[in-house]
Amino acid sequence: MKTDDLIAMLANAAPPVDRRAPGRRFALALLLGLAAAMVLMAVGLGLRRDLNEVVRWPMFWLRLAYPACIGSAAMWLTLRLSRPGVRIGNRWAGVAAPVAVAWIGMAAVLTQVPVDARLALVLGHTWRVCPILIALLSTPAFAAMLWAVRGMAPVRLRATGAAVGLLAGATATVAYCLHCPEISPAFWSIWYLLGMAIPAVVGALIGPRVLRW
Amino acid sequence: MAISLPMDTDRMTDRLSATETELRHCFVLGLGGDTAQYRLFLDGLGSHLRAYLRRRLPRAQADVEDILQETLLAVHNARHTYRDDQPLTAWVHAIARYKLMDFFRAHSRREALHEPFEDDGRLFVESDVDPTDARRDVGRLLEALPDRHRLPIVFVKLQGLSVAEAAQRCGISESAVKVGVHRGLKALAARIRGSV
Repeated sequence: MKTDDLIAMLANAAPPVDRRAPGRRFALALLLGLAAAMVLMAVGLGLRRDLNEVVRWPMFWLRLAYPACIGSAAMWLTLRLSRPGVRIGNRWAGVAAPVAVAWIGMAAVLTQVPVDARLALVLGHTWRVCPILIALLSTPAFAAMLWAVRGMAPVRLRATGAAVGLLAGATATVAYCLHCPEISPAFWSIWYLLGMAIPAVVGALIGPRVLRW
Repeated sequence: MAISLPMDTDRMTDRLSATETELRHCFVLGLGGDTAQYRLFLDGLGSHLRAYLRRRLPRAQADVEDILQETLLAVHNARHTYRDDQPLTAWVHAIARYKLMDFFRAHSRREALHEPFEDDGRLFVESDVDPTDARRDVGRLLEALPDRHRLPIVFVKLQGLSVAEAAQRCGISESAVKVGVHRGLKALAARIRGSV
């Protein structure tokens, strides 16, 4: 086909563009992912029995803020990465900031306890399952977000995959917070992060394949 | 014979922003459903992309039109991803670059290994309306030259590198690059005269 013919064809197949469609698509994917993670958590793991009690603890909300902040940063990165030519620069720092704050909290907590009690505090009772459960809960959000991004035009596929994975992990962690029995920052600042990192790494690995267009 | 000379930076910037404004105007109207303006945008973009790709693919001129069409199609399919607050140049350049890298990956051309792809943002500087430009023929004639003449010409005259950079890439001395360009151009001229 001649290039001029292609141009004529494209120009004739150019209805007005709905500029708000991408935003709606991302919002839908986020809601679906969060809802699916909530349902999976409630059915498969169950809500914390003392949830009525713990919602009055500030630490419960701090813990919830951790994945919420990381998730917001990841959402913002995902939105930027799914459009060609939008600079990212050092904006990954938005993800690092909540992690840094939580780790300072962890250090503060650990210095309050005797040395031989520290490891027990970090490992809690559920360190073996926590990251895996978060990764499992993240799968619907992961799929939904990949679907949303595939409707866009990412050009840095590996970075985009990582951002999508991190976002899915953070969404799952928000849901997991309503189940998780651990409340010490010494526990969740590490194991939640690991749980979110698993889908992020998977995203970076499959990004170039899945997001290609 | 088309040999591009490095352009004065100020003039380059002016032309760049004039093209940006003009094409962006057509594009935004096109997004609103104005097909005539959209067509103007595609025509203008096509010319710039052609010049850009020809510069990028000195040894794969035959593929230029294919990649051009693929990129135009990609721009068309991705037009809802353009953000009003971003320069159109940056948006289009990212798409063109993505499609070009895709081509390099698929074909593993020697260019991909020898020429790491820099972001010089020069997409809108030159325009090339004519689909069968003379440079294609120069490309073919160049193929016939030995590497010691061809590479200096490709690097210095076609890609606009400095003599020092070209020397580094060819792995020869700067004076050898100058001699290569000189003798190579002479040989090219002889061949062109011979082929006419």
